[in-house]
Amino acid sequence: MNNYLINVLRFVLLLFLQVLILNNIRVGFFINPFVYILFVLLLPFSTPKWLLLISAFAMGLSVDWFMTTPGLHTSATVFMAFLRPTVIRIVSGPKMMVEDENNSILQKDKNWFFIYSTLLVLVHHISLFFLEAFSFNQLGHTFLRILLSVIFTEIIILLLVYFFAVGKKR
Amino acid sequence: MYNLIRFLQKHHFVLLFLLLEAFSIYMLANSHTYHRAAVVNITSNISGAILKVGSSVGDYLKLRRTNRMLAEQNATLQQLLSHYKEISDTAYHQFDTSVNLEFIPAKVVSNSVHLRNNYIIINKGRKHGIEEEMGIISTNGVAGIITGVSENYATALSILHKHARLSIKFAKNNQLANLAWYGPNYKYGVIEDIPTHIDVLPGDTIVTSGHSFLFPEGIMVGTITEYFSPEGSGLNHAHISFATDFNKLSWVFVVSNRMQWEIEQLKLLNNYE
Repeated sequence: MNNYLINVLRFVLLLFLQVLILNNIRVGFFINPFVYILFVLLLPFSTPKWLLLISAFAMGLSVDWFMTTPGLHTSATVFMAFLRPTVIRIVSGPKMMVEDENNSILQKDKNWFFIYSTLLVLVHHISLFFLEAFSFNQLGHTFLRILLSVIFTEIIILLLVYFFAVGKKR
Repeated sequence: MYNLIRFLQKHHFVLLFLLLEAFSIYMLANSHTYHRAAVVNITSNISGAILKVGSSVGDYLKLRRTNRMLAEQNATLQQLLSHYKEISDTAYHQFDTSVNLEFIPAKVVSNSVHLRNNYIIINKGRKHGIEEEMGIISTNGVAGIITGVSENYATALSILHKHARLSIKFAKNNQLANLAWYGPNYKYGVIEDIPTHIDVLPGDTIVTSGHSFLFPEGIMVGTITEYFSPEGSGLNHAHISFATDFNKLSWVFVVSNRMQWEIEQLKLLNNYE
């Protein structure tokens, strides 16, 4: 299937998964999984950097639009997209090969994806929850929310990737 | 000129990032004011309609509870009605400001309780007479404050929001204080700035003060559960259990004060003098 089409489809499905399903599952104040960022995580390696930012911006804005939080998810998601190339470089180490550029994120091995996604989810959630609280009061609350939400987001992301990617892998 | 283009080409990633981030932060910074109309009015017909599809599935599952709540409300209203009949039988007539109030029923399309700043979206908008800065009440008590209105939908700050501070009073002695919510539990809020000379007991009823015109006076807010007097401070605080169950919010009323405009004009006049 066309690469663009896959990503547009992923955008729509993850957006609806987030605003119609996940946002309505109220586990508690401390657990708010935000799985829509999987869209940004899975953009191909070859995505031009400007398109990476614009895609993240579009995703964040759409989520904000549904959640009536203008700017909150947008800024966190754009920040995460900004750090994505750096994180890829760090996780891959010096032996990042040229051929990797042509592969999709899903073709990397499990450990690589786990570290890569955890780092970026962490970046996203830290900026998101601090922007939401907009203060350093109740640091304990904010840190607990970050920690638990990162764990839950990561679990759901790994499950989704496992179920949907297992068929077409390698 | 050539240098400028080269500079833009070389640093386009960082520049674009800064641009997008600045735009987002600008939106974020302007999103929390409800006294001024938000710069970005994010309430829209389309997102409202999509969320409605999502909530209609939940509605079906909630039918039993909704039925029971409506029946309970019916009973309460019947009781009130009988009270009014008694009053009109006698020569006693009380001046009642509530004549100027209109209650517009609305259905909650989207609502959250698990975020630091929670919002409520309802299925009534400008078309139905809803405007910014009207209060929302549930059948049990206060629920939120309208901040954004589109043609068919409206967004409100839930009481469970950093910026939704409410002027309240003790029903027993009319002493004023302020209500705030810091999480994590959607059932409990905090009452701040209670003067030390007031006797506060668990179970005391808290109602709206009517000073802000968002809500009429005497709408139920909740009951005191715990009381604290920190040492060395002139003000005490207390925990309150909300009368409204925010997690089960499905039908609400928007309170429209017909005299609000007039009162605000008067206030403006006073400021000028």
